[in-house]
Amino acid sequence: MSSDNKKVLFGPVVDNNPIALQVLGVCSALAVTSSMANALVMSVAVMLVTAFSNLFISIIRNQIPSSVRIIVQMAIIASLVIVVDQVLKAFSYQLSKELSVYIGLIITNCIVMGRAEAFAMKEKPGVSFLDGIGNGLGYGAVLMVVAFFRELFGFGTLFGIEILQLTQNGGWYQGNGLLVLPFSSFFIIGLTIWAIRQWKPEQVEED
Amino acid sequence: MSSNKETFGGTLGFVFIICLVCAALVSISAVGLKPLQQANKLLDKQTKILEASGLLEKAGTDIVGTYAQFVEAKMIDLDSGDIIEGNTDMFDERSDARDESKSIKPINDMAGISRRANHAVIYLVKNDQGQLDTIVLPIVGSGLWDLMYGFIGLAPDLNTVRSVVYSDLKETPGLGAEVLNPKWKALWPGKKMYNEQGEAAIQLVKGGAKKGDVHGVDALSGATLTSNGVTRTLRFWLGTEGYGPFVTKFKDGGLD
Repeated sequence: MSSDNKKVLFGPVVDNNPIALQVLGVCSALAVTSSMANALVMSVAVMLVTAFSNLFISIIRNQIPSSVRIIVQMAIIASLVIVVDQVLKAFSYQLSKELSVYIGLIITNCIVMGRAEAFAMKEKPGVSFLDGIGNGLGYGAVLMVVAFFRELFGFGTLFGIEILQLTQNGGWYQGNGLLVLPFSSFFIIGLTIWAIRQWKPEQVEED
Repeated sequence: MSSNKETFGGTLGFVFIICLVCAALVSISAVGLKPLQQANKLLDKQTKILEASGLLEKAGTDIVGTYAQFVEAKMIDLDSGDIIEGNTDMFDERSDARDESKSIKPINDMAGISRRANHAVIYLVKNDQGQLDTIVLPIVGSGLWDLMYGFIGLAPDLNTVRSVVYSDLKETPGLGAEVLNPKWKALWPGKKMYNEQGEAAIQLVKGGAKKGDVHGVDALSGATLTSNGVTRTLRFWLGTEGYGPFVTKFKDGGLD
């Protein structure tokens, strides 16, 4: 793999993270991070949608009339999201029940649209596909970090496996009620952004 | 094509083609996967019914077979309490409750459901000897955020609780959603729904039910509104606008 492709693929994980640097797609990062299993499925779903929407939009990028390009992108993204939703319902019913409306809301996830407009409209299909995978990885990385803290300290479990036994199950650990609620993700995402910028000071915006 | 792509006709043509392709993609996936999705839905429902009747462990991985062997679905008319003919597989409580001709507005809408379907499908569960062991009744009522759907399993006296199993809810994880916690569910077996006057007396008690209180179950800590919702849901469905008429008829003369 050429170094350019590597950069497209792994750049978004830390250096150009869609959530931490571009602050896109935060709403779903709040909603689905109460358990790691949900966060993982959501990450994979977003990665697939972003990759394939980038691919298809890039293939037809020279044919799309500029006056309707946003609508055309939306149509493609929405169709892909519906397909993902249907596949989940068919093959992983329990998870689709838990993620319910949030899979459908991938349509409104700014990462997908943002990458389509900013990258796929200009670049070749192959590299656009990689960009979609890369941004999915970046999104997923943040989701997994948030879900790790929320599930471990909110419910005492990781991927549903008990790590800290909760008092209501006869153990010693009193679950953190704040972390159970979606908005606690704001704090964790904020702290994550702070940590990344300590590590990579070039991400800090100038005043 | 790229030379005339910005013209009115070119744009229209392009959008038309995109719509066709996208519509085809969506329809193929929706139609193609439908049988699998319906099988999943049915399996999920059967799993919950088996859980409510205490057969889930015995069933192991063979949900469909166990269900077919032990469970019999019957449609009842809630107002009269009679068992009626009807296609129990096709019955959908949620769509009936939205249809004004197939539902009523409860006078005392404790459960906060707005409309109640006229009919309900109940499940008679037999034991190994073929005798009636558990009656599973579907329930629905408002929690904190939204309607909570579930099942109650009752012994043939229609008073002794076997289980309370919620299948579909949007309560707060860690608080209201603790109705799904096995420890909480384990508090239910043996409780009595009705008092000696035949009124629904079951309730969730904040701070913990007293020892020996057959009508009281510990409320969920940090989830008063969900707990109240559960109490009201149960009382509604056990009352005259719920399964009350059926319970009376059943006790008087059995099922037949």
